[in-house]
Amino acid sequence: MRISVKLFATLGRHVPGAGSGTPFETEVPDGATVADLVNQLKLPREEVKVTFVNGRTRPLDWLLHPEDEVGIFPPIGGG
Amino acid sequence: MMEIQEHILARALPYIAPNKQTYHTISLPDRDALAATLGLSKRNVEISALKAGVVPQRYLRNMGSLELSGQLKLLNARALLIGAGGLGGTIAQLLARMGLGILTIADGDSFSEDNLNRQAFAQESNVGTSKVHAARSGILSINAATEVEIYDGFVGEKEILSLLKGAAAAIDALDNMPTRFLLEKTCKELQVPLVHGAVAGFSGQVTTIYPEDVGFRAFYGDPQTIPEKGIEVELGNLAGIVSTIASLQVQEVVKIITGLGRPLRNRLLFLDSLNGSAEIISLK
Repeated sequence: MRISVKLFATLGRHVPGAGSGTPFETEVPDGATVADLVNQLKLPREEVKVTFVNGRTRPLDWLLHPEDEVGIFPPIGGG
Repeated sequence: MMEIQEHILARALPYIAPNKQTYHTISLPDRDALAATLGLSKRNVEISALKAGVVPQRYLRNMGSLELSGQLKLLNARALLIGAGGLGGTIAQLLARMGLGILTIADGDSFSEDNLNRQAFAQESNVGTSKVHAARSGILSINAATEVEIYDGFVGEKEILSLLKGAAAAIDALDNMPTRFLLEKTCKELQVPLVHGAVAGFSGQVTTIYPEDVGFRAFYGDPQTIPEKGIEVELGNLAGIVSTIASLQVQEVVKIITGLGRPLRNRLLFLDSLNGSAEIISLK
């Protein structure tokens, strides 16, 4: 199934051509979770802090559906 | 002896706003003269003026959106600001301009040269000196009615608990996760709303956490496993996004204190100024 992905800040550089905050489409197997997507994109696990699906925070074991919009954020903590 | 409000009314001047609304106003020199003559704080003179329907001229441009009642709430309120660095410096300046009554600022740090790129109170002449002392004198020169209390040290649970008592809002201008979680825990215990901001590189985020709201766990995860710092260690912090996030935090504080509008509760606003994207993520 095809889903839409947005990677933010430092996460964008792990996927060639995916700028920060710019959506791109990708294919994932049926039954894939957010964690499967993170693995498929080879994102470093420690850099993945917030994951949201269709505008709501969802855990890594959340099941994806066709045309879902997934956003993945790194931890931001500066003051 | 004349009542305070009679003194104020005797000095009041009419002012016609661009929308033709007329206000009775009091000037800065008159505020200061009355404070000196009557032995009152400048904040108390401003509060008495507003209660008499007289607007200190310095707040005239607040009136259209806050009205006298909102300004009075701000001048009567105390907020606790933890961190006087990048976010904290701009937050302190803007809250003083808005006319917050009392600001308590806690930070144990001193300015270093690498603070000069973004921290509002950092100057070439004060590198090596205390951030909270610079904040206090900076605020005094912006608005002498805003009373400043400083805690020159890094806070733990005990300090946060004591500083937070009686605060209408707490403001997270911290640079590390463990103290953020401590602050959130104490805010929930004392039922004080918390305004969170954080920055890294071109990005930043803001949210407001009321005691019953989902908080840091929703976007930082488990406090036991979170690293002390985020990607700002690699990306640094840039002046524009720091002051943007600080400014949005100030808007949240103003809304909490005045009761106006709708704070960013259970929603995280994430700004990526490098690519021009803004997301509001629902946290529950």
